Amino acid sequence: MNYEPVIGLEVHVQLKTKSKLFCSCSTEFGAEGNQHTCPVCLGWPGSLPVLNEAALKLAIRVGLALNCKVAERLKFDRKNYFYPDLPKAYQISQYDMPVNGRGWLDIETRTGLGTRDSGLEIRRIGITRAHLEEDAGKLLHEGIADGSLVDYNRGGIPLLEIVSEPDLGSPQEAYDYLTALKAILQYLEVSDCDMEKGSLRCDANVSVRPVSQEKFGTKVEIKNLNSFKMVQKAIQYEIERQTEALVNGETIVQETRLWNDAKGTTFSMRSKEEAHDYRYFPEPDLVPFTLSRETVEEVRKTLPELPLERAKRFIKEFGIPEYDAYVLVQEKKLANYFESCVREGANAKLASNWVQNELLALLNAKNITIEHCAVSPHALAGLIRLVEKGTLSGKTAKDVLQEMAATGKTAEAIVKEKGLTQVSDTGLIEKAVEKAIAANPAAVAEFKAGKQKALGALVGAVMKETGGKANPKLVNEILINKLGTRSS
Amino acid sequence: MTGLCSLTFKEAIGIAKKDGVQPILDAFQKRAQALNPKINAFLRFSKTASAHAAGALGGVPISIKDNICIDGAEVTCASKILAKHVPPYDATVITKLKNAGATLFGQCNMDEFAFGSSCETSAFGPCRNPWDLERVPGGSSGGSAASVAADMTLAALGSDTGGSIRQPAALCSVVGVKPTYGRVSRYGLIAFGSSFDQIGPLTKTVEDAAILMNILCGHDPKDSTSSPEKVPDFTQALTRNVKGLKIGLPKEYFIEGIDPEIEKSVRQAAEVYQKLGAEIKTISLPHTEYSVAVYYVVAVAEASSNLGRFDGVEYGLRAPAKDLREMYFETRDRGFGHEAKRRVLLGTFVLSAGYYEAYYLKGQKVRTLIRQDFEKAFKEVDVILSPTSPTAAFKIGEKAADPIAMYLSDIFTIPANLAGIPAMSVPCGFTSGGLPIGMQLMARPFDESTMLRAAHAFEQETGVYKKKPTLN
Repeated sequence: MNYEPVIGLEVHVQLKTKSKLFCSCSTEFGAEGNQHTCPVCLGWPGSLPVLNEAALKLAIRVGLALNCKVAERLKFDRKNYFYPDLPKAYQISQYDMPVNGRGWLDIETRTGLGTRDSGLEIRRIGITRAHLEEDAGKLLHEGIADGSLVDYNRGGIPLLEIVSEPDLGSPQEAYDYLTALKAILQYLEVSDCDMEKGSLRCDANVSVRPVSQEKFGTKVEIKNLNSFKMVQKAIQYEIERQTEALVNGETIVQETRLWNDAKGTTFSMRSKEEAHDYRYFPEPDLVPFTLSRETVEEVRKTLPELPLERAKRFIKEFGIPEYDAYVLVQEKKLANYFESCVREGANAKLASNWVQNELLALLNAKNITIEHCAVSPHALAGLIRLVEKGTLSGKTAKDVLQEMAATGKTAEAIVKEKGLTQVSDTGLIEKAVEKAIAANPAAVAEFKAGKQKALGALVGAVMKETGGKANPKLVNEILINKLGTRSS
Repeated sequence: MTGLCSLTFKEAIGIAKKDGVQPILDAFQKRAQALNPKINAFLRFSKTASAHAAGALGGVPISIKDNICIDGAEVTCASKILAKHVPPYDATVITKLKNAGATLFGQCNMDEFAFGSSCETSAFGPCRNPWDLERVPGGSSGGSAASVAADMTLAALGSDTGGSIRQPAALCSVVGVKPTYGRVSRYGLIAFGSSFDQIGPLTKTVEDAAILMNILCGHDPKDSTSSPEKVPDFTQALTRNVKGLKIGLPKEYFIEGIDPEIEKSVRQAAEVYQKLGAEIKTISLPHTEYSVAVYYVVAVAEASSNLGRFDGVEYGLRAPAKDLREMYFETRDRGFGHEAKRRVLLGTFVLSAGYYEAYYLKGQKVRTLIRQDFEKAFKEVDVILSPTSPTAAFKIGEKAADPIAMYLSDIFTIPANLAGIPAMSVPCGFTSGGLPIGMQLMARPFDESTMLRAAHAFEQETGVYKKKPTLN
């Protein structure tokens, strides 16, 4: 029997507000322990929560971008459980009336199951809900001999929990969903989405069922996933584990499992029987209120162009390959850079390649972000123009880019300074070609005997003769022409 | 010096402004400290009882129930779990009192976490009724009521979740006001039932209560449940004129089990109103009989959640333990008294999966019905008159072993908390055994003015409040 996976993701994202969800403490990351706390976020007796409207607006912003139905009545609930990182012994969350109800997210994914749109393959992933809640503090165990310490700086930071429908069909699709979701959140400027700092966290629900069976299999929740790659790997592992169990006639236990990245396995944390009864009930300290449609419409007006729309526009407006466009728009800053570059006159296809390959490689090598790159979109456009005109070969241009990044100079200046202009004078190249043919009879003979590889040696000789400046395309043409002429 | 101690709040403010407040403070220090070993109304006296004589109140002393946070002072809710707990901030009502120039004089005994109607569940010993030291002062604001009744303080703040201001006020012959839910900020009041709790004054006279209401009421941005409703000058309402006022007597409040002397006293009060020109009508609040049951579902549900934070992690008691689980168990076992444990267990039960709909949700629905009862009634009448408590002060220990009998002490006061309406208790007479009887007045939401006007008219007409307990 063949099995197929059913995957749903729960993403917790910290909303980028100045102050916490229910008090005025700072949300700044990296402060000294318990620096950003007050009686409210420490849950001191007698303190009361007051909703931060900025957080609510960011939540609505995400909801609208995910095509969710934004609630008309806003209500909060208490989720009760004991843990030292939860100072009130309850988390203020939303139970049955989330601020954002059902919606969806369209992602490009290569499953063959999607629908074609603008040359992209689109899969629509359902969003169950996206609700507001407060973050918990953090326990510190390291370097403490006797007991643990609690840092409540994170406690009370606004979180949006985005729950997907079990619509994801493979680990790759889960990865693609997360990438697309992160891109949207970054476009919306609602979160840093930094998994290392914990501003984006993800739990996965995975089950498998026989292909063509309607009913879902028993699901397992996987926690402790600290990167998108880990999510993908853990889901892959879990599918294999569950499939193997079913094939062996075992049953799947509903439970929560933790991912062990070092071992590449999941292991059981707690079973369904041990699961908490959270005793949800309406938070009496926050009165339910009506969310005016005007507020929602005001938020809607501030929505930016979102990645998928942008990709479609790039495809239409710039004629770049569909998948390139989709990948490019996932990183907002990179896409902005690309767009500026094209506006500065660069050929769009070349610019797309240069931004996604050479520029990205450069940033990665230097371990810097695009805002810190010395090469402006204007400067890159200048370089691309020189390539397009044939003034620089691709290879030389890459060296020039390195130089530009190191010195901040323009491509034109570097070319002039170093005399790098590509030789496109056929007369000059012809002379060098003749010289190379004369000096390398063995290579000529091999080429004529059918060894295409031998041509490389001859090209190399020509390039050496011209100091690397010869237009490689012309060199090739002339060489083949000359060799052919002679043999005929 | 008893002379100064028997002053009303209003009289004392006048004298303090004229002659300085120190003699008044000295008199109360002396009397309160002398009487406290007998009555146990105070858990502690303020260490820094220096007068803020500059404000409108002239530095006169006021006492605070021990569940209201005072920056830098120990606040315990009369529980071992919070012994030595020092809040780092002032409750909003404390800020208001300080700004008005009150001297925070002492902190009053109470039932542990306000769970009780007798002040017997205090972890620091029961408070006693100044009218009969063998009897309870009522609860949970028993210390507040007893201290005012015994002239150990000029006025006190209490909190009322199901009658915790009004019932002890009735049992001690003082005035006790529970404002409309949302009238007074709850910020800094250690929560019992968040959707019921209100802070209010316990005073010697209705006018004193009105003066304090002027200070306490008003919207607080720190409390999302506090109302933006405008606050009138409540003292302006005290006209003594009740001509044409429609007063309702709910038939469901004059039931079997009520002390006949109390029923008689309240019916006589109705006659007084009639004499003063008010119109008395019998009305019906048909869902009254479910009040106590609903209250003990919804309020304990909130309480169980509110008390979760007392877990030994951040503040208060932490029992030594080998691991986290044991720390929770031991801390909460040693820290909470019987009644607190009972309510936490009840509340946890009614919120549990599988029971939530049958108890909590149904309770909330009945709560709505009770609220609607009042909405209908207030279309017919302006004020509702009833007994505050079905019995006068009972003996210490009498009901301690019978929680249901104890819970029924609040049978007449609970409905106002369920509906969120203002209610108060006013002294209206004495039993043949010389124990105080209080009557309850309830009014429309945010119409404390009419309620205070009615209370004041009766008080001034009858002068019941003038009688004082004999101590030593």
